[in-house]
Amino acid sequence: MPILIDSDTKAIVQAITGTQGSFHTKLMLDYGTRIVAGVTPGKGGLQVEGVPVYDTVNEALNEHETDASIIFVPAPVVKDAVLEAIGSGLKLVVIITEGVPMKDAIEFLWQAKRNSVQIVGPNTPGVITPSECKLGIMPSHVFKKGRVGVVSRSGTLTYEVSAGLTQSGLGQSTCLGLGGDALVGLTFVETLEMFKNDRDTDAVALIGEIGGNAEELAAEYIKTTEYPKPVVAYVVGRSAPPGKRMGHAGAIIMGKSGTAESKIKALQSVGVDIAEMPNDVARILRERLE
Amino acid sequence: MWGMKLFEHEAKALGIGFDLPLPRSLLASTADQAREVAEKLGKTCVIKAQVLVSGRGKAGGIRFASTPDEAYQIAKILLGSDVKGEKISKLLVEERIPSKKELYLGLIVDRSKCCYSMLASTEGGVDIEEVSEKAPQKIVRRDINPLSGLREYEAREIAVKLGYTGRQLLELASIILKLYRMTVACDGELVETNPLIESPKGEFVAADLRILIDDNSLFRHPDFQKRAMEMAEELKPLEMKAREKRLAYVELDGDIGVVGNGAGLVMATLDMIKHYGGKPANFCDIGGGACAERVSDAIEVVLSNEKVKILIVNILGGITRCDEVAKGILAVRERAGVTKPIVIRLVGTNDEVGRRMLAEAGIESFHGMENAAEKTVELASKV
Repeated sequence: MPILIDSDTKAIVQAITGTQGSFHTKLMLDYGTRIVAGVTPGKGGLQVEGVPVYDTVNEALNEHETDASIIFVPAPVVKDAVLEAIGSGLKLVVIITEGVPMKDAIEFLWQAKRNSVQIVGPNTPGVITPSECKLGIMPSHVFKKGRVGVVSRSGTLTYEVSAGLTQSGLGQSTCLGLGGDALVGLTFVETLEMFKNDRDTDAVALIGEIGGNAEELAAEYIKTTEYPKPVVAYVVGRSAPPGKRMGHAGAIIMGKSGTAESKIKALQSVGVDIAEMPNDVARILRERLE
Repeated sequence: MWGMKLFEHEAKALGIGFDLPLPRSLLASTADQAREVAEKLGKTCVIKAQVLVSGRGKAGGIRFASTPDEAYQIAKILLGSDVKGEKISKLLVEERIPSKKELYLGLIVDRSKCCYSMLASTEGGVDIEEVSEKAPQKIVRRDINPLSGLREYEAREIAVKLGYTGRQLLELASIILKLYRMTVACDGELVETNPLIESPKGEFVAADLRILIDDNSLFRHPDFQKRAMEMAEELKPLEMKAREKRLAYVELDGDIGVVGNGAGLVMATLDMIKHYGGKPANFCDIGGGACAERVSDAIEVVLSNEKVKILIVNILGGITRCDEVAKGILAVRERAGVTKPIVIRLVGTNDEVGRRMLAEAGIESFHGMENAAEKTVELASKV
């Protein structure tokens, strides 16, 4: 089975009645995702795209067997929604919401860790296992079932690189956006670990960007585990000036740390191939997998 | 910038609410006021420019006055002048605290550990990054479990590690706790007091206090939110215009304008322009699901930068529809009478419709971003 989600995954949508929630519920259903229920406090009893809506997560879970939640709840109240999902016993939570305060993210990420819950995001396009399940907002048409795992800190670049993999015939096993915020749940290291153990994944495309040290930690992990599958990395932000936030809250160079150069150097030093352009990812992987 | 910076006097007003030991001080916006405050304080004063740029001390923004007349003279020089390009309109006139030792206390958000970390050092008064490079053993670090918060005994342990005993240990631990409580209450992204002065009598006083508020938390701090609007004055005019239109925009120093959807894709576009030998003039992200008007707005903001000779629009449509993008491009061409060349990369949802619309108006569009970037740089060198 691919990582995190597959054709058996059953999910609920929190804030299903909102503009984004209802729009993407339809697209996820169209893709074949098993959305079994929705939650919006105060809107229990309604239906969205034929999906029953409940007031609380626990009510939804009492009626429907569920594995995961995808959350579209607005930033000011998203912490409560995430804690509700964790409290109900769900083990996978995807947070699409952008603009989450750091203090709130710290709290729910710690609660998640304590309860062994996997959090994707916040500020993520979500997760997709092509032809099986999509828990996210990504455009489905660029993805095709294949054997390359994709993990990225950027939404559009995930699409860009995945489109390249699709065109080259390699396709993807699972694609995962970690989220553009400074504080996020799943990391490169944890995702690499899952891809390592996944029989459906032959190689990994890692898409990094400036800010933080997640790529450096990934490099360290690749070295210590003598990572058994080829990894190709593409890191953006070589032209970014220090101290400026490049769109993503997490994409900022502080002093000398967080630069693209430092990340590229760290990855290169442990034998990861570096793509100069998004399209190089597929080209290099083809060579490695032949 | 990075978080929302508070002025020193605002940070100290917050600190008073948390009972932090602070020097007596008052704000002055005229030289006469500065003299009055100095008279009231009745001893040697520190006159501090209220600016947001860092390194104001080295740039002459902090001065000492031993008499009220001297305070008047200094205020006269400082008010209306600038520190590193930032104009001084207010001064904090503060009693000077005699110092035996200068300490550092700070709270940061650790991204990989996902928690607040307390940093403390007896090597205060200088840039803490310098200390961490030259003498990392001089910094005491404590990661804080957010579910329990900083415990009192943990604060005492920090004070012990800094080498204090007896009454001083308890005093310092209490300051550490107060600083933590304030940070959490105000959604601080970075809070530091540097220096925290230890006086010859052995008392601690927070001579400076720096607070950065997490931008994303402003909805629960209406008073800061109001200030954030004033902060916008710090931005360049185009950055301000972009903020009004809710576009993620950062001005750079080149001549190739860039518009795209998604932070990562725009960053990749900038890198690619640089790779082909060009210089990007800006970062501009229209985000996901943009309508025609938003596309027009973004192009207009970017093109109103006089340095921009040519524009590249890079769109990979997911929830963004390429026909909307084409509509936006055509609308702005007409509305603003755009004469500068535009290179367009358009793929994804409804791209055939979008590309046809552009072709009918005589605009060529590309499939690959590499080709589009290369073409843009080539054209830029000819303009």
